[in-house]
Amino acid sequence: MADVKKIATREAYGQFLVEYGADHKNLIVMSADLSGSNKTDGFEKAYPERFIESGISEQDMLAEAAGIAHSGHVVAASSFAMFAAGRAYEIVRNSIAHTGANVKICATHGGITVGEDGATHQTFEDVALMRVLPDMKVIVPADAASTKKLMTEEFGVEGPAYFRLGRSGVPAVYSEDAELEVGKGVVLREGNDVAIIACGIMVSAALEAAELLHSEDIEARVIDMHTIKPLDEEMIVRAASECGKIVTAEEHSVIGGLGGAVAEVTAQKCPCRIAMVGQHDVFGESGKPAELLKKYGMTADDIVAAVKSIR
Amino acid sequence: MKTVQELNDIARSVRIDALRGIHAASAGHPGGSLSVTDILVSLYFNVMNVDPQDPCAEDRDRLVLSKGHAAPALYSTLAHRGYFDPEEMLTLRKTGSRLQGHPDMHKCPGVEMSTGSLGQGFSNAVGMAVADKLDGKSRRTFVVTGDGELQEGIIWEAALSAAKFGLDNLIAVVDLNGLQIDGRVDTVKKVVPVEDKFEAFGWETMSVDGHDMTALLDAYEKAMAVKGKPVCIVAKTVKGKGVSFMEDQAGWHGKAPNDEQLETAIVELGGDR
Repeated sequence: MADVKKIATREAYGQFLVEYGADHKNLIVMSADLSGSNKTDGFEKAYPERFIESGISEQDMLAEAAGIAHSGHVVAASSFAMFAAGRAYEIVRNSIAHTGANVKICATHGGITVGEDGATHQTFEDVALMRVLPDMKVIVPADAASTKKLMTEEFGVEGPAYFRLGRSGVPAVYSEDAELEVGKGVVLREGNDVAIIACGIMVSAALEAAELLHSEDIEARVIDMHTIKPLDEEMIVRAASECGKIVTAEEHSVIGGLGGAVAEVTAQKCPCRIAMVGQHDVFGESGKPAELLKKYGMTADDIVAAVKSIR
Repeated sequence: MKTVQELNDIARSVRIDALRGIHAASAGHPGGSLSVTDILVSLYFNVMNVDPQDPCAEDRDRLVLSKGHAAPALYSTLAHRGYFDPEEMLTLRKTGSRLQGHPDMHKCPGVEMSTGSLGQGFSNAVGMAVADKLDGKSRRTFVVTGDGELQEGIIWEAALSAAKFGLDNLIAVVDLNGLQIDGRVDTVKKVVPVEDKFEAFGWETMSVDGHDMTALLDAYEKAMAVKGKPVCIVAKTVKGKGVSFMEDQAGWHGKAPNDEQLETAIVELGGDR
């Protein structure tokens, strides 16, 4: 896919803010000294009066975000996923989730594709942390178009949400006019031999894997499960009953993330064999994103191998 | 507007009903509730623009009790201000009650922010004041913290923010009672001089006797006249104020009085129940 133009989901987020902010004057955007990295700097230039720079204080930023939201605004608060979900976790729980604050936490630099910054900046736990909070929606978009689409819907709904966005460019999975809905998975490719349920950057890897499997006469169903919470249980149960085997793929720990969420559903409603592709309970390290994905087993080839492991 | 004598009488009733609630619950935080009572009564009765009949009125002043464990004092103040019947204090901390162990904004009328996890309310209040500035609203935000609570790092992150945004619509009151669960604040982790710290962070500060209604009202008036920066009023208080055996005792931070102790406390506070 080297010839395809790759756009990072954080780029799409930045574009979304500028577009959405034009018609939604109650949108406030907050940064914790990462406006360039989070791509909120476009909004800052366009609407400086509605941009709040909190400095290097993620906890204060998110607690303030709750106070601003409870004053009648929708707040997009950004930092690296490591700090928004990790460092500020208890504030996200008590000030935002428990009070139902209209704060959309838009966390960039999730997962191993942070690359060179290494282990302290690569989080594989954020989706798990956010998923266990009552009333917190958790969304991990696959590409630029779906990021914008899902944000447009979610920003119009009152209440907390966590968007996990990536640092590195990802190939387009959807066309600009694709229809997506928060809480509804998307079947991107039909097949009944195995279902590959993926989110984020692993969706395009899943499509690549399905193509490789097709050449070996294995027809894989590929599902983009962009919303981890509320989870599309119906689609998972259908995949389990029609395909009999599921491989989950995420740029996140296999403990507590998409893999865990899918397993919770199948274990209770339609038990089937599952193999999980993701970070296997280890910290990351510095390196080029592509090399790290390979080293830690999050490529199309790893999905293919996982499929074969449960055949 | 109430006279100072009336405010003192109300504070007495507020203390008694806070203790009755804690006694009925067999749990709660009497020490910090009794120390903060005069601060809350003076604000709710003579300073804040609020309407108990319309708790969500558009331009109301807002107060965040960042030291959320003093919920009994807040509830009792709200009840006596007319938000609900003071007898509801007897449901404190019970299953299904609107009066949760720590304030819940979605359950209790008049509570502006759910608090309890120390330090967060302070930062929430800064956010509220920021929003009002953005929206061009002239109302005020008050935030009440404990002195032990100042050990939380988020307080100082938020203090920097409040100074940066020039929040002269924000008034913080520190209930400086000198005690925390593990003992004297000076011993556990010293926070004084609080005034110097806030001043260094860009705030205007004032020091006041937190049990002197006249002094408190005077401080609020001066604080509201300050332009361009937030104000921190350091109110020196006595933990357990008004009940001899609770006064200045760390052990009464989070313990309910038994029947006999409640009776003694009510008598000492001048009640007849």
